[in-house]
Amino acid sequence: MSHDHSLNPETMPQEPEKATLEGKNKFLGLWFFLGGETVLFASLFGTYLALRNSTANGPTAQDLFGLELVFIMTMLLLTSSLTSVYAMYHMKNNDFKKMQLWLGITAFLGIGFLACEIYEFYHYIHEYEFTFRSSAFGSAFYTLVGFHGGHVAFGLSWLIAIMVRNAKRGLNLYNAPKYYTFSLYWHFIDVVWVFIFTVVYLMGKVG
Amino acid sequence: MSIAAAQKKGFGAFIWDYLTTVDHKKIAHLYLVGGGFFFLLGGLEAMFIRIQLIKPENDFLSAGLYNEMITMHGTTMIFLAAMPLLIGLMNAIMPLQIGARDVAFPFLNSLGFWLFMFGGILLNCSWFLGGAPDAGWTSYTPLSTQSPGHGVDFYVLGLQISGAGTLMGGINFLVTIVTMRAPGMTYMRMPLFTWTTFVTSVLILFAFPALTVGLFLLMFDRMFGSAFFDVALGGNAVIWQHLFWIFGHPEVYILILPAFGVFSDILSTFSKKRLFGYTAMVFATILIAFLGFMVWAHHMFTVGLGPVANAIFAIATMAIAVPTGIKIFNWLATMWGGSITINSAMLWSLAFIPSFTIGGMTGVMLASAVADYQYHDTYFVVAHFHYVIVGGVVFGILAALHYWWPKLFGKILNEAMGKWAFWLFFIGFHLTFFIQHFLGLMGMPRRYWVFLEDQGLDTGNLVSTIGALLMGLGGLIFVINIIYTAFKGENASGDPWDGRTLEWAIPSPPPFYNFKQTPLVRGLDPLWIEKTEGKGEMTGAEPIGDIHMPDGSILPFIMSIGFFIAGFGFIYQTDQKAWLLAVFAGMGIALLCMLIRSLKDYHGYHITKEELEREAD
Repeated sequence: MSHDHSLNPETMPQEPEKATLEGKNKFLGLWFFLGGETVLFASLFGTYLALRNSTANGPTAQDLFGLELVFIMTMLLLTSSLTSVYAMYHMKNNDFKKMQLWLGITAFLGIGFLACEIYEFYHYIHEYEFTFRSSAFGSAFYTLVGFHGGHVAFGLSWLIAIMVRNAKRGLNLYNAPKYYTFSLYWHFIDVVWVFIFTVVYLMGKVG
Repeated sequence: MSIAAAQKKGFGAFIWDYLTTVDHKKIAHLYLVGGGFFFLLGGLEAMFIRIQLIKPENDFLSAGLYNEMITMHGTTMIFLAAMPLLIGLMNAIMPLQIGARDVAFPFLNSLGFWLFMFGGILLNCSWFLGGAPDAGWTSYTPLSTQSPGHGVDFYVLGLQISGAGTLMGGINFLVTIVTMRAPGMTYMRMPLFTWTTFVTSVLILFAFPALTVGLFLLMFDRMFGSAFFDVALGGNAVIWQHLFWIFGHPEVYILILPAFGVFSDILSTFSKKRLFGYTAMVFATILIAFLGFMVWAHHMFTVGLGPVANAIFAIATMAIAVPTGIKIFNWLATMWGGSITINSAMLWSLAFIPSFTIGGMTGVMLASAVADYQYHDTYFVVAHFHYVIVGGVVFGILAALHYWWPKLFGKILNEAMGKWAFWLFFIGFHLTFFIQHFLGLMGMPRRYWVFLEDQGLDTGNLVSTIGALLMGLGGLIFVINIIYTAFKGENASGDPWDGRTLEWAIPSPPPFYNFKQTPLVRGLDPLWIEKTEGKGEMTGAEPIGDIHMPDGSILPFIMSIGFFIAGFGFIYQTDQKAWLLAVFAGMGIALLCMLIRSLKDYHGYHITKEELEREAD
């Protein structure tokens, strides 16, 4: 059976990511998955809120956090969400090159975010001797923020993998849902960061 | 692959077929075999517990082994037996009931099964590697963080891996029901079993991540020196209880709701009536699920959350009795005036109603926070949850197996043996657990490996053990029935019970593409409508045409082995850092499989119209 015809139509439909049943399923499945992820992060946030003052005479949130770096990280990640929207806009216009370009910028910003986070953790460990094991606050902080960082890292690997895989063959109805579900996931990671910024860093500084 | 190639196979090809299958019916077979195996294992553990308690100060099991036995009995029965058996039934039947050819994500379906299986095997490896987990199925901290050896580590990793598989199953069923219903199969025409599958999947989706987090925190505390539950460093042991029960209470509805769906379908089929109060049944299911998320703290009344929290959770818990009561009355009204057939499936359903009602009633008793201080951690609680889980879930699974066995395997289970198994199990069940209410009220605590003589507990425990042996005998007859049926069973027609729903409109067992033509659904109980209007079979919603089928894949199996290896690595790296190699190797295998899955194109294949027409001759 040849699938080229059905997956590479003459004119791309308006929403290529949902034009096939597989695409529709992936779109919906990822939404449900994000529902589960919400509970996962809610549980981590709950744990963090319960333990954020349990510093066991170690460094506290106020000693540690510097809002400058966190501000830069927030800007990097929020912008990367915006650039992924541009990419999806170009996907709907069937402009594969521009889509890849904007996704490349998204990946670049994501890597920048991750680098800042690694620097931040390194800084806390070496300057303040604040580790995963120093207090319940330390465990909760590194677990919550680390889970988010892990999600960013996984998202980046996912993005780079599909970008490289499809670089030469362009957009079709088989890979469009893969790009689109990535962008949904990436927005979710961004939303979680907004909560981390508020609950961990802002409340840690002034709460 | 053509149909002819699929039919010719040797033993090796048969194994390979099941390792790589993405067909929902074959995955259902795997779930039933896997879940059935763990059910027998959990049953064996239950026998050991009851033998130990047959007389005062018995020394059949040591105290430590007894702790391992109760922990593994609970964990195995909940996570590795009841849930997989139900997921297997959902897999087999739900797509047929909505007129679909497969589930939305056949690959994930296979991955979900293999993760469950390897998670279960990992957990049970602990028996041979220095001792099973011994902190109870609830694994409360700090007991679980202090438990020596690797038992609890196996619990953490085994449940983490199998839990991931369950979560995938939940998402898969949700998407299947939303996008893949046949034309005319609106939500309010779905059979109750499909409805309960849908609602159960929502519960799985929103409950399991809380367990995932709880298990991660426990893993970090035990293996990587974090301090979540370590009070000396500011940790808080009650966090585990919250996370566990935020998952754990919805979990009991994850178990019972599918059973409710099974009984609804069976009672309506064998009463030859449409389900009484269909809309109310759907609404009650959703309401139970909704309330089920806000009652977790009733497991923690004695922790000391305060009178306000206790009062709120007590009232919310009692409120669940209302939708459950609606269901009980609707089942009774479904039978009222019906033309009732009594067979094994129906016996289990009839026995369920009073048994579950007793469990529900003790549930309302336990929901009263003040009274709970008296019942907490006694055999009264043990009696209560066995009445709902055995009287509800296990009866439901056995009823469903009798009802759908012809659809699954093309043979009808032997009725005589079915009835023998039922009566032995039913009498044994009440003998085992009814008296435990009174043992509990007299103060016998749960989880103690001995009791003293002449405390008024001797006779009760003896009766309970005799009952357990009868249950074991009933279970054994059921297993013999399965073996007998496999060799000498009567072949089933496509519709042996004069059924009402879509799964009975196709041959038994169904062809691997299920429906040659997607059926056109014209109302609730679609097949029954066609029967009463004289046609007797479904009308196609489309002309016969090519059918698109998904590719099989070995990746889910290999990926699960990867996680299995990584699990061992995580457990033993605390002893020797060299085991980190196993972590990297295992995770590497799993991630590589994910990458291959993402990069390789899986376009599936088509069964052509000509092949389908040839098949018909």
